[in-house]
Amino acid sequence: MKDKDDKHAPKTEKILLADHRPALVQVQRRLMLRSALSLGALSMLSGCDLQDNDSVDKVLWAMSRWNDRVQALLFRSHKLAPTYAASQITHPFPFNAFYDEFNAPDIDGSDWKLEVSGLVSDKRSWTLERLRALPQAGQITRHICIEGWSAIGQWSGVPLRLFLQAVGADLTARYVGFKCADRYYSSLDMPTALHPQTILALDFGKEALPTQYGYPLKVRVPTKLGFKNPKHVVAIFVSNQNPGGYWEDQGYNWFSGI
Amino acid sequence: MSRPPVLHPLAVRIAHWLNAFAIACMISSGWGIYNASPLFPFKFASWMTLGGWLGGSIAWHFAAMWLLVANGLFYLLYGALSGHFRRHLLPVRAGEVWRDAGQALRLKLPHQPGVYNAVQKLLYWAVMLLGILVVLSGLALWKPVQLDWLADLFGGFDFARKVHFAAMAGIAAFVVVHLALVAIVPRTLIPMFTGGHDKKANAS
Repeated sequence: MKDKDDKHAPKTEKILLADHRPALVQVQRRLMLRSALSLGALSMLSGCDLQDNDSVDKVLWAMSRWNDRVQALLFRSHKLAPTYAASQITHPFPFNAFYDEFNAPDIDGSDWKLEVSGLVSDKRSWTLERLRALPQAGQITRHICIEGWSAIGQWSGVPLRLFLQAVGADLTARYVGFKCADRYYSSLDMPTALHPQTILALDFGKEALPTQYGYPLKVRVPTKLGFKNPKHVVAIFVSNQNPGGYWEDQGYNWFSGI
Repeated sequence: MSRPPVLHPLAVRIAHWLNAFAIACMISSGWGIYNASPLFPFKFASWMTLGGWLGGSIAWHFAAMWLLVANGLFYLLYGALSGHFRRHLLPVRAGEVWRDAGQALRLKLPHQPGVYNAVQKLLYWAVMLLGILVVLSGLALWKPVQLDWLADLFGGFDFARKVHFAAMAGIAAFVVVHLALVAIVPRTLIPMFTGGHDKKANAS
């Protein structure tokens, strides 16, 4: 929430809200007159949107941290996300990002490298060939977006647990962070990173990931909301400091387990 | 001589106003979330939504849900254990509901402080059931993996969204009727703050 330069979506919404401010005040007065005190008080709160760091926003951030803790307790490491039949796959699978589809980064797989850093013993970077040489796994699962829509897709690649073991990661560390070629970034709690269905996805369906779904590498986490599934990943790091995330730092709940 | 009985016990008043705040937060922030990916071909006007943007609406929704659930459990436990439900909301008889509904529609239903007519009793039970339904379907949407059995019970993630919306619509309709009745009979409002006293009960 300190880094405020990437807030296109929220800013647009704020302008819209400001446009309706006079109407809001009118409604507020009307409600007050009708003695509907709680509703009147509520419409005064509608400006609290996690962006201003006022006292109400501080309470909302504190509640979000509380929700992180409760969700970490609810998470069961062996509970598998439901899987689906190939006939249930959503066609076409929706594109989703903080930019339009034509702005998705065009990456050349032959010179792409995956950087590894933080609490790991082997910090050599990885090529696609080396990732493909590791054992692969995959499943057909439901991607659930924070916006409410969902879609079923088939992803496969290297189980993240296996990759973390391969680079000698400290598996007792708290966080695994990801940086992407499209300026996106996100992070997972270690128990989720070690979940058997969490994979470094190289394939979508039977093909290598197309550009719009995150070529050449996407983190697929069926136990998290969609925005915790970064695309076009170029760096992975293990840390005990919460690395936050693109949307998480603006107010999306960090844990966002499902 | 003892004081006349209180119309609304303190526990009920506290639960009522906390619930009014929580429901208003949940519905208006829920409308903000709905607008991000509408189920039906309409959106809610932005002034009706709480949070300013999707992340803000979700933060409000997931903060207020703790108040809603904690207060709801408190109210249900109090209502069941103190005899509040038994005294005020039972029994509900079909014949009485039919008679009172007819009178209410002809605007001939007398209002007696402290006594709920059969239609009111039915509506309070209905809104409590809708409250339970909205919380359970909400849990299914929040945790469709960890609570996959609950999501299955609601016909899967996508259908649970429709159930959640329908339960919200039912609660919102109740609130509209509830506020309309307060507007028609404004003297019912003050006792919800002060407790009020059932003078008629004492006189008889």
